[in-house]
Amino acid sequence: MPVRVRLPAILRDLPGSRATVELEGRFDSVSDALDALWRQVPGVRDRVLTETGEVREHVQLFVGFESIRFTGGLATAVPEDSEIHIVPAVSGG
Amino acid sequence: MPTVRDLRVRQGQVLLMAGTSKGVFLFAAGPKRDKWERGGPHFAGSPTYAVGHANGTGERLFAGVENPFYGPALRWSDDLGHTWTDETQSTLKFPKGAGVSLKRIWQIVPGVEKGTIYAGVEPSALFVSHDRGASWELVRGLFDHPHREKWVPGNGGQCLHTVLPHPSDPRSITVAMSTGGVYRTEDGGKSWRPSNRGVQAEFMPDKFPEFGQCVHKVVRHPSRPDTLFLQNHGGLYRSDDAGDSWQDIAKGVPSDFGFCMAIHPHDPDVVYIVPIEKSLFRCTPEGKLRVYRTRDGGKSWEALSKGLPQKDANEMVLRDAMSVDRLNPAGVYFGTRSGKVYGSASGGNAWSLIADGLPPVLCVRAVVIGDPAKIRVPSARGAARQGIAKLKAKAKTVAAKKPLRKALRSR
Repeated sequence: MPVRVRLPAILRDLPGSRATVELEGRFDSVSDALDALWRQVPGVRDRVLTETGEVREHVQLFVGFESIRFTGGLATAVPEDSEIHIVPAVSGG
Repeated sequence: MPTVRDLRVRQGQVLLMAGTSKGVFLFAAGPKRDKWERGGPHFAGSPTYAVGHANGTGERLFAGVENPFYGPALRWSDDLGHTWTDETQSTLKFPKGAGVSLKRIWQIVPGVEKGTIYAGVEPSALFVSHDRGASWELVRGLFDHPHREKWVPGNGGQCLHTVLPHPSDPRSITVAMSTGGVYRTEDGGKSWRPSNRGVQAEFMPDKFPEFGQCVHKVVRHPSRPDTLFLQNHGGLYRSDDAGDSWQDIAKGVPSDFGFCMAIHPHDPDVVYIVPIEKSLFRCTPEGKLRVYRTRDGGKSWEALSKGLPQKDANEMVLRDAMSVDRLNPAGVYFGTRSGKVYGSASGGNAWSLIADGLPPVLCVRAVVIGDPAKIRVPSARGAARQGIAKLKAKAKTVAAKKPLRKALRSR
């Protein structure tokens, strides 16, 4: 079963982007799955990661309902048939 | 450094404290609240996210001052802002072993018991003082909560920004944080439970989680403590069971996004908000600066715009930058990120500009100096009558002087 990546509305205007991107294959980690995502929608990469490959401060990634902040970051495992959510974190004062 | 303008605040006046990104400005006016004197800036150059008072009379004023080099400190004044304690007297800090450091003071509110003050801080934690701010104790029940490791900071920081002590039960306290949501204790802070059922977290895959919401402000009226109103990061809610469940009341507002919220001091059904267009465009909708008021507990909302700019007003009012005074009719005040402070002496019916050109306003607090119940507010009709009486008296004086003038001219 493919892994599905849910993209936020603000990233859906990029070329090749859409609400849900399906990734065929098996992925050991979020990082691997994201590499596959960049191949389909290259413009998303720089919106999600910094130049040094870290998740941007105000972007959150979830595998299922669990934030990867608490499960190993980009090394978090991605089970088959799971969903990765990319969401803008809350911000403001 | 700028010269600090001293402001002598008198009994019977309303004192308005405005914490800004560059210090605290004070404003004072008589009960008519039409002419404001200005003082400050105190703590020039230091962002101040929280101002408050020890009780309803202004007997002790507080400011959570954040020196950009030397960190945060709680400062207080016992002479209505004329002089302030220095930062070395501040004991508001995390105890050894807590593993975190105080980054910012977000909220200072009096508790129900005499001398009790609560402080909400960043990283999210609640402190209590039983000696009017001289010494502080970390509320461990909340700090040690198993959810704490999953509270995630937004751009504003991981802040506990709202503290609502129950008006009669000192064991009951409700707090709100961003993110994390609403929590409450019924045993004086020993145990806490999340109170977010029905509140949306639009930025999470699970839209209605047990906790993790980005609540921006919660208010309640002392006469009806089980009813709460909540301005969320996307969502406007009411609870009638002290936060056990929440109902959407965002009908009739241009946006359910916003930060500030205030409740009328004398009417538990009257609540004020300033809607903001959306998270990604944090400005007042349609370039119009409008306060929205409900007079029926959230069933309907009306725009209040008299005296406020209605063109090219891309304004923003932060979560603690709105306040009310306890006079009757009540005064309502708010400050903008563009450095303006507006006030209404008519419960929001009409507004006027109190100050412009301030640094970005972070928080506003109004306090009546003295007993509000004993301060008579001249009504508009009364003021007109007074004006007519003054004119008549003047006319009499002129008339009385006429024969004298005539006599002088004839000489």
